[in-house]
Amino acid sequence: MMNDMTQIKHHLTEPLLMGYAAGTLPEAFNLVVATHISMCDDCRAALAGYEAVGGEVMMDTAPVDVAEDALAATLALIDGGKFADKPAPVRTKDSVFPGPLQDYVTGDIDSLKWRKVGGGVSQLVLKTSKDASVRLLRIPAGTAVPDHGHRGTELTLVLQGAFTDEEDRFGAGDVEVANEDLHHTPVAEEGMDCICLAATDAPLRFNGLVPRIAQRFIGI
Amino acid sequence: MLTETTTLRKADALPVPSTYDGAKAQLKRDARTSKVNTELTTKRMAWVVQVYAVRDNQDRAAFAELFGYFAPRVKSFLMKSGASPDLAEECTQEVMATLWNKAHMFDPTKASVSTWIFTIARNRKIDILRKQRRPEPEDLPWGPESEPDQADAIGLQQETEQLGQALATLPEEQRKLIERAYFGELTHSQIAAETGLPLGTIKSRIRLALDRLRHAMK
Repeated sequence: MMNDMTQIKHHLTEPLLMGYAAGTLPEAFNLVVATHISMCDDCRAALAGYEAVGGEVMMDTAPVDVAEDALAATLALIDGGKFADKPAPVRTKDSVFPGPLQDYVTGDIDSLKWRKVGGGVSQLVLKTSKDASVRLLRIPAGTAVPDHGHRGTELTLVLQGAFTDEEDRFGAGDVEVANEDLHHTPVAEEGMDCICLAATDAPLRFNGLVPRIAQRFIGI
Repeated sequence: MLTETTTLRKADALPVPSTYDGAKAQLKRDARTSKVNTELTTKRMAWVVQVYAVRDNQDRAAFAELFGYFAPRVKSFLMKSGASPDLAEECTQEVMATLWNKAHMFDPTKASVSTWIFTIARNRKIDILRKQRRPEPEDLPWGPESEPDQADAIGLQQETEQLGQALATLPEEQRKLIERAYFGELTHSQIAAETGLPLGTIKSRIRLALDRLRHAMK
């Protein structure tokens, strides 16, 4: 799918990998983590490490007695076939959207129902649990996203193209993890539209009056 | 170190047993020829053999052994993660049924059985306790066709055992922090907070164990 996997320079942070392994992140963050891992073998191996920690933590808990008939009940579940292995979801290999994202987005870049958010930038909000939100952003080549800060944590994963901000350049597969300290103005590189998957656990904070008013209507 | 490599190569050359009894016998042979971590890794390899027996022969005796060891720990993990005893009981049975049904997906060169069961329990926790969809990474192209290499499997099981031992030797207070992170008592922002805990505690030995584990998986 990605030809430039080895070029990934910006990876997931350890708290995110640990949170994904533990199953404690909001769904929106899980989606960004799972999508990055589909593009990044380093983070996949790191995640497996944190899952192994989880396994050992579980092994180390004081065992709790299960019901007397628990084994028989489980074998009955197995015989009933209710937990039979479901076929894996159908996923396209050559999509700009890695597998986990395909479960949330139907179609390709040009067939999606993008909504303009100003300055040529469009977005598509994906449906997840309410504790955080995640959207696809389409930033036309050469365009800047309005300067904004963050109240919580914001994860921005590049799926196509690249952007540059005050921190660095972020290309396909790179993920930027921003917190309250970062005010940035990402600018999409010339050449092709930059498509990002961005998740946040708090509303973004735009600097400047017009973006702030717009924010009220578009719900970023 | 040299001995280790030699004996692992030898194990590698042995045919993969197709039956539970055959596998148990081979395990005994392996334990005799191998000079490394025999007892503890043998426990982990025994779990692997039990999962294989479930996969290949729908072996209920092997399943009962796995159930007896893991089900009370899965239930404990779920209760510590906030499930009521009744819900934890129900989920535990579902987790163990999933183990049966997904036995063909298990790869001992990628995970210890304890790690694998943990991920099944974690997934059930997200589905049932947190009522969320659960985005999963794309599978890597490995599957039942290519039988995993025995030496790789033993290596991975050893590294996981060493990780477990490194965790067990942490000072009580630090170990509790890591547990709380996995039980969901710490949010990711608390984990990320500048105190660096509990990640700050994942230093030295655990960091080393994690690095070795990563290496073993590649």
